[in-house]
Amino acid sequence: MYRMRRWVVRHAGVFEAIYRRFEPMLVKLDPVWKRLGHERIEAPVRSVEKAIKATLFDCRMCGQCVLSDTGMSCPMNCPKQLRNGPCGGVRANGHCEVKPEMVCVWVDAWEGSQRMQEGERIHAVQLPVDHRLTGTSSWLRVVRQLTGSSSSTASREATK
Amino acid sequence: MRFDDEPVPGYSLPILPGHVSPGRLERVLRAGKFAITSEIDPPDSADPAEVLKRAAIFDGVVDAINATDGSGAHCHMSSVGVCSLLTRVGYATILQISCRDRNRIAIQGEILGAAAMGACNLLCLTGDGVQAGDHPQAKPVFDLDSMSLLQIARGMRDDSRFESGRRLETPPRIFLGAAENPFVPPLAWRPHRLAKKVAAGAQFFQTQYCFDIEQLRDFMLKVNDLGLLEGPDRVFILPGIGPLASARSARWIRDNVPGVHIPDAVVRRLEGAVDQKEEGKRLCMDLLHSIREIPGVSGAHIMAYRQERSVAEIIETTGVLDGRTPWYPGRDDPQKLNPESPDAL
Repeated sequence: MYRMRRWVVRHAGVFEAIYRRFEPMLVKLDPVWKRLGHERIEAPVRSVEKAIKATLFDCRMCGQCVLSDTGMSCPMNCPKQLRNGPCGGVRANGHCEVKPEMVCVWVDAWEGSQRMQEGERIHAVQLPVDHRLTGTSSWLRVVRQLTGSSSSTASREATK
Repeated sequence: MRFDDEPVPGYSLPILPGHVSPGRLERVLRAGKFAITSEIDPPDSADPAEVLKRAAIFDGVVDAINATDGSGAHCHMSSVGVCSLLTRVGYATILQISCRDRNRIAIQGEILGAAAMGACNLLCLTGDGVQAGDHPQAKPVFDLDSMSLLQIARGMRDDSRFESGRRLETPPRIFLGAAENPFVPPLAWRPHRLAKKVAAGAQFFQTQYCFDIEQLRDFMLKVNDLGLLEGPDRVFILPGIGPLASARSARWIRDNVPGVHIPDAVVRRLEGAVDQKEEGKRLCMDLLHSIREIPGVSGAHIMAYRQERSVAEIIETTGVLDGRTPWYPGRDDPQKLNPESPDAL
């Protein structure tokens, strides 16, 4: 929801803090995930992740979440799906060139990043989207990435 | 300016130490000369003569010609087609590639094809949305963005690898460019965004139309503070300018072309003039003079859509080339003029 995701950006620092606690917890639970099998829990985890992130961020389940690098503003809501910053068409009022009724996702991202402790991560160049990951759980992918247990999903991992 | 190591004037030059391309534009910029680029209005036609005719307009006043890639999301002859026709007679071209219409497979193939055809400069663009053009029903691709396009192009050139990691036999020798718009939000981020593009591989920049010198000056100061305008890896910034035809057209552009910022003072200046078209040209010349004085600026990119003939007048009247005549077919040997030039027999 548009209003919800804009509210989240205004509280990007809070969500950053929440995720910073949440991520190690996910990783710590890795033995459980392993026992159950990443493939088997992919569907239920994906559903939970989607429900939460779609509500808060209008998440599009690209499967390679970069919210921590984009001021908690999901770049997949940009009509051009830009992952590295605004285009040159942003309107003088900060609204989108393609959808004039919407504030530019990257104008929000910049503001969100200013409210985050590690806001400077917005300057990191992001790799292009790996379309094979679309629709998969980003959380489980992060766990696999951080614990070094590679899985069938993708060999080339985008930054979290 | 003549380079004494030119095998055939205008054609691929030896690549000097510290250079990445065999092109003239990189040479002119690295030599510290004020460079002028302009863009060709690509024809809605399959006639090669039309391309040459449109290029001849810029003979002797520009260092390189941009071949736009479906600009404004309108369909025209492809940028690779235009570049190929122009490099055949020796013009220096800037190939524009936008991410709107092709995925990474098509784009990487195009970079190789264009480089093989003699294109030495690549301008990596995101591209206007399809809603802005004559095919709003088209599928917007945006598989890459300008940043990842830069990174991939650099990888092809410096590491001889496709994005997939697969090896290339002969890498494209291309000077990499990108666009920036210092005049639209988020303003505080714009210098950093330019720095990010440099990190991704950009070596030169052409900006959106500048009608606000103060804003440009401020932007350049910040870019300088980021340390991007000095040293062997400095970036070259060519602000975009162009003549406005009238106050009415200024207003139309402001309201309909994405990302163009025209201050009210500019519109009022045009409104107050007896001959608005002439005033638009004078305004463009004033801007060019002011831009030249801004420290760190390396040249100017002149976008004179449907007023291409005024480019020569603007350059000659302002004298920004300091008496330099950029190479064009026939400059040194009138027998070799562009066959479509009005001076050709």
